[in-house]
Amino acid sequence: MAKLSGLGGRLYSGETSFNIVENRKRWYSFSALFIVASIFALGVQGLHLGIEFKGGASFTVNKATATVQEAREAVEAVGLPGEIIVQKIGDSKVRVQTGAVDAAQSRAIEAALTQKFGVTEESIDTQLVGPSWGKEITKKAIYGLIAFLLVIMLFLAMVFEPKMAAAAILAVVHDVFITVGIYALVGFDVTPATIIGFLTILGYSLYDTVVVFDKVRENTKSVVANSKVTYSQAANLAVNQTIVRSLNTSIIALIPVGSILFVGAGLLGAGTLKDLSLALFIGLAVGTYSSIFIAPPFLAQLREKEPAMQALAKRVASRAGAAETNTGSATKISRRTQAKRKGRK
Amino acid sequence: MSTPQTPVKTPVKTSGRPLRALTLLAVILVGLLGTALIQGADSVRLGLDLRGGTSVTLQPRASNADNKVTSEAIDQAVSIIRQRVNSLGVAESEVTAQGSGTNRQIVISVPGESGRRVVDLVGQTAELRFRQVLAESSALAGIGGGEATPTGGVSAEINARFAALDCTNPANLQGTGADSPNDTIVACARTGSAKYILGPAEVLGQQVSKASAGIDQQGASAWFVSLTFDGEGTRAFGAQTARVTSLPSPQNQVAIVLDGLVVSAPSIREAIPSGEAQITGSFSQVEAQDLANVLKYGSLPLAFDRGEVQQVSPTLGEDQLRAGLLAGALGMGLVLIFSVAYYRGLGIAIVGSLGIAAAMLYLLFLVLGKSIGFTLTLAGIAGSIVAIGVTADSFIVYFERIRDELREGKTLRTAVETGWSRARRTIIVADLVSLIAAFLLYFFAVGGVRGFAFTLGLTTIIDLLIVFLFTKPIVTVLSRWKFFASGHPLSGLSPKSVGMKEKNAKISQTESPLEA
Repeated sequence: MAKLSGLGGRLYSGETSFNIVENRKRWYSFSALFIVASIFALGVQGLHLGIEFKGGASFTVNKATATVQEAREAVEAVGLPGEIIVQKIGDSKVRVQTGAVDAAQSRAIEAALTQKFGVTEESIDTQLVGPSWGKEITKKAIYGLIAFLLVIMLFLAMVFEPKMAAAAILAVVHDVFITVGIYALVGFDVTPATIIGFLTILGYSLYDTVVVFDKVRENTKSVVANSKVTYSQAANLAVNQTIVRSLNTSIIALIPVGSILFVGAGLLGAGTLKDLSLALFIGLAVGTYSSIFIAPPFLAQLREKEPAMQALAKRVASRAGAAETNTGSATKISRRTQAKRKGRK
Repeated sequence: MSTPQTPVKTPVKTSGRPLRALTLLAVILVGLLGTALIQGADSVRLGLDLRGGTSVTLQPRASNADNKVTSEAIDQAVSIIRQRVNSLGVAESEVTAQGSGTNRQIVISVPGESGRRVVDLVGQTAELRFRQVLAESSALAGIGGGEATPTGGVSAEINARFAALDCTNPANLQGTGADSPNDTIVACARTGSAKYILGPAEVLGQQVSKASAGIDQQGASAWFVSLTFDGEGTRAFGAQTARVTSLPSPQNQVAIVLDGLVVSAPSIREAIPSGEAQITGSFSQVEAQDLANVLKYGSLPLAFDRGEVQQVSPTLGEDQLRAGLLAGALGMGLVLIFSVAYYRGLGIAIVGSLGIAAAMLYLLFLVLGKSIGFTLTLAGIAGSIVAIGVTADSFIVYFERIRDELREGKTLRTAVETGWSRARRTIIVADLVSLIAAFLLYFFAVGGVRGFAFTLGLTTIIDLLIVFLFTKPIVTVLSRWKFFASGHPLSGLSPKSVGMKEKNAKISQTESPLEA
């Protein structure tokens, strides 16, 4: 811990510095790799949708001695078309999932299960989902997503600046994409709780990005007037200064989410808690990465295109050239130059 | 490399009055506690997924091409379904429309095990029909109903059923919608105050083209309902009224039957061939408008897709509640351990802040449960646990800012104030982003998601309050203590833990490796 604190100090002063903004191509290609893999996984495997999206029924018997085999026999005897999935959930439950059933079929299945296991009808947890329900909640989720992106874009553009808003949104889209991709790759179940998780990631990922951008803005406020460092360099310092903060906030955010995941997956076996926290856990991790490695470099790239910033980069380069024999190119300050500049201070 | 040049803008104002903020916080907490006590709220209202019960979500859709899903139609559907659900007589049953405008779902929740019946009950479509009254009786219990035996045309079987019909029994006010239009039926008034024998339906609900409530310009405040029929309806209603108007009471009455229950049974004064009718009576404004709505939408221009049915046994409910609480305790505990391990003495401020935030959230759950019927669901619990992270994030943003200021060589007391003026902005912006997310999530979602979004939003607001009214003031107070001000190694603010080098900072010529 103390070591991390010490690192925080060195990062703050610029004494230790990671070239995050400058090495953007590295992070971009890393992310691009993931995104391509995500698209591939989505295209080939698709998402493993829960019955809430396909329509179907789920019956959970609360009895420790119930076996998968028995449950399967009982339900197959009812004679339903389509596939029946039977799983053991935790230690004391067996869950049967079927395709869409009507009310009579649902009662028949319940009757078969109560008979087989000698439990009351009330102790069976059931969930019936109509076939069009999934479309409805998907539609709502997509509306929510679009509204969120628009409102946040406007909000950030007002509070910060339009280019920061663009970079923040890019990072968010990146996070959701990769998270969904991981779901497709691993084949985790996607339920409405998962969707809540995905949507919450939006807010979370932005929280981290906001913290970093606030510092970037502070550091770059008078960057043109001072003509000492380029926009990218100032932004890079901001990222370095906030790395410890970002890591801490992410760890603190991940701890409760991890607790829910642990309890939800361990104690309950399946359901809202597990689905929600798994999505959050993955999303938070990806969000931390993007708020450090994707959003700030992208922002710097956008800003460096501005004539004022290019002129600034030239001035900074020529200054460095005047002081040092070894100058970097106009927009790139080499590592050595940077190290010497630090040394001078 | 130069450090950022941000001039400290304004001298910080809050420094001198941490006590004022703390007092305000205490007032808020005591106020909440008092409200909860006055309301008599002693426990948080739990959702069905935490105590067992049945919830059904219905998706309205237009039943045919002519109809549209309108906001009024959904309201009407909600009231019809509520009538049916209330007839079950289960306390705390709820029927609500969630979402906005026409894009709403109807959510029915019935706690406990009796909720199973609700599934069959709510899916049926309600129909509006105009039937001639053959007999009316206010003798509600089975006995004595026979005295209103109608003249002819009614079989003994119907008479027997009429005599046996008990409209004080809630089960008979369920409204099954199972009345066949071609049969003579027995039916209760919707309020349970009368029972009827009714002839076959002569006019159907979809033949009503317009209905509205109005007030008589001449009369003092006589509300009436006017309705207009379409072509077919005009003919049918004309014929019906012409036939019954000369008959003795109650056979000159035409009952407006919705969902198998009589909403109103006005007597017909004259034949109405024009297709324009007025129903007068001693209506209040609300009654007139309700009747107009029934006539307008009573035929339920909507059909419902059964979106989702969820039946949770009390066992599972208990398990989920326990798991939720356990996850919360675990998450809170670990966050506290991390905070104290990392921030040492400053960790006290985090422990206190999170403790107060938790207390405030609990009180709000109590108060909101009573005042707006807030129920805590599993997703809501998850939302509050996730919020521990959001709340603690604000403290970290602030504390790291203080450390930044210390690194620039400021004294602790100055650092606490200048750090605050900078962190404040970040915290507000970041929390606003969370709030926007919570609001939109609530607005666009249905069911469990709303519970999650609601608690997330609530906790974000609490976070703002706590940071302003507790964390900042308490850090100001702490910074005056020698233990912190002198940078004691355990204070979390010692030069070493902040990462300042004593004198000439050693300069590393190469990049630090990442494993540092």
